[in-house]
Amino acid sequence: MSDSPQTLPVSLEHASKRYGATTVVDDFSFEARPGETVALLGPNGAGKTTSISMMLGLKHMTSGQARIFDHMPTSTEARVRTGIMLQESGLPATLKVREIVELFSRFYPHPISNAEAIEAAMLTDKTERRIADLSGGERQRLYFALAIIGEPDLLFLDEPTVGMDVTARGIFWDRIRQMHARGKTIVLTTHYLEEADALADRIVVMNKGVQVAEGTPAEIKATVMGKVVRFHTPSVNAATLRALPGVEEATLTDHTVELFTRTPEITVKALLNGPTIVQDLEVGGGTLEDAFVRLTA
Amino acid sequence: MQSGVSTTATVAASVGDTTQPRHGNRSALLYAVYCEIMKTIRVPMFTVSLFVLPAMLFSLFVLPSIHETQNGVAVGNYTMPSFGIYVVMMAGVFSSGIPIANERGMKWNLLLRATPMKLRTYFASKVIMSLLIGAAAATFFFIFARVTGGVDLGIAMWLKLLGTLLVAMLPFIALGLLIGYAVGPQAAAGVANLIVLPLSFMSGLFIPYDSLPHFARQIAPYLPAYHAGQLGWHLIGAGDDTSVAVHLLWVAGYTLVFVAGAIWFYRRDEGKTFG
Repeated sequence: MSDSPQTLPVSLEHASKRYGATTVVDDFSFEARPGETVALLGPNGAGKTTSISMMLGLKHMTSGQARIFDHMPTSTEARVRTGIMLQESGLPATLKVREIVELFSRFYPHPISNAEAIEAAMLTDKTERRIADLSGGERQRLYFALAIIGEPDLLFLDEPTVGMDVTARGIFWDRIRQMHARGKTIVLTTHYLEEADALADRIVVMNKGVQVAEGTPAEIKATVMGKVVRFHTPSVNAATLRALPGVEEATLTDHTVELFTRTPEITVKALLNGPTIVQDLEVGGGTLEDAFVRLTA
Repeated sequence: MQSGVSTTATVAASVGDTTQPRHGNRSALLYAVYCEIMKTIRVPMFTVSLFVLPAMLFSLFVLPSIHETQNGVAVGNYTMPSFGIYVVMMAGVFSSGIPIANERGMKWNLLLRATPMKLRTYFASKVIMSLLIGAAAATFFFIFARVTGGVDLGIAMWLKLLGTLLVAMLPFIALGLLIGYAVGPQAAAGVANLIVLPLSFMSGLFIPYDSLPHFARQIAPYLPAYHAGQLGWHLIGAGDDTSVAVHLLWVAGYTLVFVAGAIWFYRRDEGKTFG
């Protein structure tokens, strides 16, 4: 642990991953600073897991470079300081919770106690259970225990709360915040903006293999969280719509208009006071998918 | 006084010195072997077929003619190497290799690769587990034959035979690894059965070589299980005219070929997993 202050826990430089003609990740650069929690946010298929796999040396890059604490990601120096939760990695079904935690603890030079890891994963009453008998959420928490058992300085959490209900997710977020409070650097992927907002110091938004936005949760939310005003109209002028206050984007298809705005009250007021004939008016939250599309456009 | 000083030193070391591992004996390999054994014996189908099936076959086909002779030795004695090789071949092919196909299928190996666990720990734990399971199954079979058939080789010969079986087991552990990396999780067990059962028959493990059909006698001298069996038969004085060294060479050669094959398929799998 003789890192210089400049040593980055993780860095990815100009990473690209192509399979034949398909580009999964395109010239993506990423870093996390010591103690920082960074969320990689994006829809399914955005390239988040591939990016994490490249950072960890679990996927070869077509081009680019990855370092963990300034070591090769696959080196023992990097591995002993890294804890990982992978999506769908599977565990031997016949082993007991206690056994697999003990096995993983023996891979690391300075593990925390098994009891502590199991407690953090809220599995204290399940230590004698076979993995086959755990629920999806319990298995997900067991992955967390395995990720933290080695007392890592850097944690990778790939879609950590998939399969958890709302309550379990909230408790699990607290555990991640505890890791953050203990100074760990955390990189997590998620397709929930809410999760990125709850946990991250910084959010990197990915879509279709490229970074489309980066900023604090507040900045990202401001960019993403608009409303969509939708209505039917027999005749309208697109220029008129774009001139309405607050409208950032307007689309017109078959007499259906969609306006994207972050100030829906002002936009709707102006719309109704204006000359446009408005039928079937709806105001809805833009989905995150819509937001990704807008960010990419 | 002496003890007081050392106690203080121990406490200081365990509390303050975080550069030392948490407790003394924490061999990852030993515990990985324990986990491999647990994984294996908690699959009842496998344990039953490995322990019960050979005993059943012995009861049905050997016990009725236990007092006859074969190749100059009592039938009971003659079948100890035959069935012994069958047992360790089953243990070797099925205990390491087939689970690997499953573990590849569910990406467990990917999670392991993200830990500091050494690759050699992964393979060594599986090979050691196979040898232990093979030794346990063969010993169980010997005791069964001793109790039900009165077969008695003498303790020294039993131990020599057991040692020989464990050496003869190596090519089959390698074959299991090869199948585990070459074939998917659904097909692996089937492919292994398709290889092990005909191989056992053709090599004279169930029917003595001299009683095999003509075509099998032509092929047998090229099969690994035939030479593995001869190592055992030579030990009890029922071997063929070829020297033990030649049989050992065949067993070693097959081990190398299967290991090379396993490495080739392992690399192919790495390319798919990490590509």
